[in-house]
Amino acid sequence: MRIESEITDKTHLSVHFAEHEPLRLDSGLDLAPWTIAYQTYGTLNSDKSNAILICHALTGDQYVASVNPVTGREGWWPLMVGPNKPIDTSKYFVICANVLGGCMGTTGPASVDPRTRQPYGLGMPVVTIRDMVKAQARLIDHLGIDQLFSVIGGSMGGMQALQWAVSYPERVFSCIPIAAAAKHSSQNIAFHEVGRQAIMADPDWCHGRYYESNVQPIKGLSVARMAAHITYMSDEALQRKFGRKLQNRLAPTFSFDADFQIESYLRYQGSSFVERFDANSYLYVTRAMDYFDLAADFDHSLARAFQGTKTRFCLVSFSSDWLFPPSDSRAIVHALNAAGASVSYVEIETDKGHDAFLLDVPEQNITTMGFLNAAARARGLV
Amino acid sequence: MQTDHHIENNDNKTRIDFLLIADMVKPHARVLDIGCGDGQLLALLEVKCQADARGMELSQKGVNACVAKGLSVIQGDADVDLADYPDQSFDYVILSQTIQATRHPRRVVEHMLRIGKRAIVSFPNFGHWRIRLQLAFLGRMPVTENLSYAWYDTPNIHFCTIRDFANLVEDIDAHIVRAVALDRFGRRVGVNAPWWFWNLFGEQAVFVLERSKH
Repeated sequence: MRIESEITDKTHLSVHFAEHEPLRLDSGLDLAPWTIAYQTYGTLNSDKSNAILICHALTGDQYVASVNPVTGREGWWPLMVGPNKPIDTSKYFVICANVLGGCMGTTGPASVDPRTRQPYGLGMPVVTIRDMVKAQARLIDHLGIDQLFSVIGGSMGGMQALQWAVSYPERVFSCIPIAAAAKHSSQNIAFHEVGRQAIMADPDWCHGRYYESNVQPIKGLSVARMAAHITYMSDEALQRKFGRKLQNRLAPTFSFDADFQIESYLRYQGSSFVERFDANSYLYVTRAMDYFDLAADFDHSLARAFQGTKTRFCLVSFSSDWLFPPSDSRAIVHALNAAGASVSYVEIETDKGHDAFLLDVPEQNITTMGFLNAAARARGLV
Repeated sequence: MQTDHHIENNDNKTRIDFLLIADMVKPHARVLDIGCGDGQLLALLEVKCQADARGMELSQKGVNACVAKGLSVIQGDADVDLADYPDQSFDYVILSQTIQATRHPRRVVEHMLRIGKRAIVSFPNFGHWRIRLQLAFLGRMPVTENLSYAWYDTPNIHFCTIRDFANLVEDIDAHIVRAVALDRFGRRVGVNAPWWFWNLFGEQAVFVLERSKH
């Protein structure tokens, strides 16, 4: 095991695990060799007790608080992470890794399969949320950290945070799953299937072997993104932002142009997404979310999954989130209560839908900061 | 649930009923405070009783204040969310100055006795002489410094007297372990005084209940 990239280049950190250091996946297959790409912010203290792992969502990446080298845009959680922000990088050592199956440096379907010397494509084993967490645990081992002060994430990141608390209870002092769920619902799986079918229906997808043909299923991937993006917003927010407003025109054109602002907005979301995301990664990561069911290994009793946990939990949900609705968070809270766990829960009133966790929602900042401060006192960090 | 609205506390001193409740909780107990407001009682129980204290609060403002203090509090509604708590998971379940704001007080108290080994309920006594006087002589719904809402915008929808509450306890086949009435100055109303005396001079009451053993 060695640091793959030059340590001087702080924007491309990664750890490479060799052929003899495989990652045993839930599918039963071993992934080897494999790489996990990550970023860190702040400084690890001498007893390595101030580390926070942030888990990113479906289309996120490790650039949580620094410029993304692909898009040139600032980190994806600027209001939450940074010096003097709720996740304060002047106090904590923040780690964020690209998920397994992703396309920002961690092994995924676009990575080269050493056996064929070609990109994996669909030859990459299917991964799960637990596999992603297992990969992160190997990174945390590599960094010499026994226990994370906190594991924090929204949406799929929240699923990983929950999985961390269940898979490695002793290694998670506190846990903040935001807009998360203990399992993917039938409706969630349905939306993902629409996205995947859109990608697979694109002739440029080439059964996943588009890398060799120098094409990309950009039409399919952008439709997948457009459909998904609708699920991230509430009807109310769409109405407020776009309503039936027309895009740079005074009257409908009686054509299939993007007459409405919402159409133009979705097309933009779709086309900008394909520039930064690999279509096969989209298949793999959505699949991992579909397979997520935290209670499945515990006779479908979520309370049993958390039995005996000492981790302090703080859950946050958003009233207008219909993709991971507050009822999903409440089910987790009930299970944690039944397990006698220390749990706090805030249901934030907002019309911003599922995406609220990425947006400026002061209540989220206040809750996170208050909870982390109290946890830091309990951990003896202040 | 919006405890801050129900009984106004004009000074920063710890509420007298909180001190009384803290006296009733055994050290290191597991406690659930329903309608924990900004967490004053929870904090007191953690410090004074080293309790494993948890809270439930309806208002986001209250929950945020609690979480910021490091208290384990969930946003929830006593009328809805108590049903999800497992049986006998707490030593004490506390409902302080909140029962009059619940939609189904009887159901809430029954859940408390199911979830906790003991239930502690404190409430304003609607049988207090000043309240009786207002209704009897002014012919108007009582408004006092502690119950300062007009009838049309009050969150308090289920007022009761000390006698009414004692009847409820009987109806649900619970047992009164202890009952204390406090007068308007926060002093205990005569311990050996009869119920009618408490009902007239107690401005608030604190009951400790448990399931009757048959």
